[in-house]
Amino acid sequence: MKQLLNRIKDKIEIEFLKQRDDLYFINVEEKHIIFLLSYLKEQEEFTHLSFLQAVDYNEYNMFQLTYMLYNYETKVNLGIKVIIDREKSEMTSIHKLWPHAWQFQRELHELYGINFPGSPRVNESFVLEGWEEIPPMRRDFDTKKYSEKTFYQRPGRYTKNPKDYMKEKLYKNFVEPPKIRRKDDE
Amino acid sequence: MSKISESKYKNFKADREKFPKMENGKPVIDLDSHKFTKIWQGPQHPGVTGNMSMEITLNGDEIVDAKTHVGYLHRGFEKLLERRKYIQGFTIVCRICVPEPDTNEYCYSAAVEELSGIEIPEKAKWIRTLNLEMSRIASFLMWIGGQAGSLGMGIIGQWTVSMRDFWLDLFEEISGGRIYHMYIIPGGVRKDLPKGFKDRARNLVTKTRKLLSDVERTFFNNSIIKSRLKGLGIITPEMVDEYGIVGPNARGSGKEYDVRQNTPYLKYNELDLNMLTATGGDAYTRAELRYQEMHQSLDLITQILDKIPEDGDIQAKIPNVINWKIPAGQTYIKAESTRGEHGFYVVSDGSKFPRRVFNRGASYTHAISVLEKLAVNTSISDLAGLMVSLHTCPPEIER
Repeated sequence: MKQLLNRIKDKIEIEFLKQRDDLYFINVEEKHIIFLLSYLKEQEEFTHLSFLQAVDYNEYNMFQLTYMLYNYETKVNLGIKVIIDREKSEMTSIHKLWPHAWQFQRELHELYGINFPGSPRVNESFVLEGWEEIPPMRRDFDTKKYSEKTFYQRPGRYTKNPKDYMKEKLYKNFVEPPKIRRKDDE
Repeated sequence: MSKISESKYKNFKADREKFPKMENGKPVIDLDSHKFTKIWQGPQHPGVTGNMSMEITLNGDEIVDAKTHVGYLHRGFEKLLERRKYIQGFTIVCRICVPEPDTNEYCYSAAVEELSGIEIPEKAKWIRTLNLEMSRIASFLMWIGGQAGSLGMGIIGQWTVSMRDFWLDLFEEISGGRIYHMYIIPGGVRKDLPKGFKDRARNLVTKTRKLLSDVERTFFNNSIIKSRLKGLGIITPEMVDEYGIVGPNARGSGKEYDVRQNTPYLKYNELDLNMLTATGGDAYTRAELRYQEMHQSLDLITQILDKIPEDGDIQAKIPNVINWKIPAGQTYIKAESTRGEHGFYVVSDGSKFPRRVFNRGASYTHAISVLEKLAVNTSISDLAGLMVSLHTCPPEIER
């Protein structure tokens, strides 16, 4: 694994982090990503793309994209992390390298608003239909505010004091027992 | 099989050069020409646990084009997890997959433990391994019922689902819950095994083996099942990498990829298990492979029951869970579910709440791009069988 990292370092600038024996993370610049991915796939046998996902760092105004690759021979997972601008939120598509990557890109387009120009079916809806708000997985999307605006509370939902309720509802028509007249009363 | 069916169906091949017209690798579909029918299959299916629909275009009874539509089950777990504390998360993650919740629990707990640097006790590791294998056999029993049911053989489903109930009884004994166990928590497991549990589990293994031999006689030696499953939905070895296929679907095409052996977690490196692979890659091969894996799971359960230590802690010491801050970092934990590689990618930013939790389910690629590709040029009556043979689980897709 060290040799591999050195081979990559000869070609481009990277930072790497060892998480476990079988899991490494690499930080790479946006412009090198296609080169690095195709190099890893074609030359270094990282042929399995586990996933492509995004992490939103809204306070730093950036997205982190993670490409998780796997090598069947060395049995190592390699996560490649790229930082992209949150305002622009655009990334090169990798559907030519892995045909199934279009699904992840479609999901990211819908849930994070990251655009992948040229990716097939990227504008189709995935889990949301007719969505007009900002992409919901962004961290500045307020779920509570949205649900208050969109849905309403069912009418008739308020709490009652059980004691008053019993008196009011159940014993409303309660009739006082008639007084028995006695001789002494008169 | 008789000669008629072979000559009529097996050797029949439509001339695809004449019809339909292809443009950029896709058929040109003009619905006004009355040569095509567009129908929706779903969102309810026999055998598929969850709701997912296929928009299919038919020419006669042959599928020309297929598209998967999801969104009927979206519950936003990943968004919910961002607003929950770490300990609150583990009651949510198990709900991602109904037939096999324990893999989610394990992956989430292991990710939290790795990020916070907690080592769990030996006995907890053994019990977790047992729990994962039990959930695998329960899920497989449900699957084979679905596979037979989707081809019109309902009796297998009745047998195996009733047997699955006995496994759920065992889960109820150890965790109190039948479907959602919430048993594997960060730091270990919730409870020790009850008294007499091992004997009851061994009895159930024997019972299940007996049932499986019945299933083999009725299902795998059935000529109708054979003729319908053989040659259906062939996954070629080249497709495995292109489409990210994992689990029995990949192993059925000869790819040696089993997370339990490639990167052993928990106690799998101390157990005796072989990589089961097959060549052929059609639905029948996958069914046979899964049948062997059921036996493998039962084998592993027996081995684990023999090896579980009697004494020992089941829970490591963890900090106060209400104010549990996890150091910044990220990790990816994967485990082998019945459908293949199942993983959790957890990113922590040093606060009480996770920055991002992503669940990678095997069905994410199987049910969308693979199914859309395999469904083309099959008969509509085989679509349900094909869907189950990929072991589709829609809740994993939308999370």
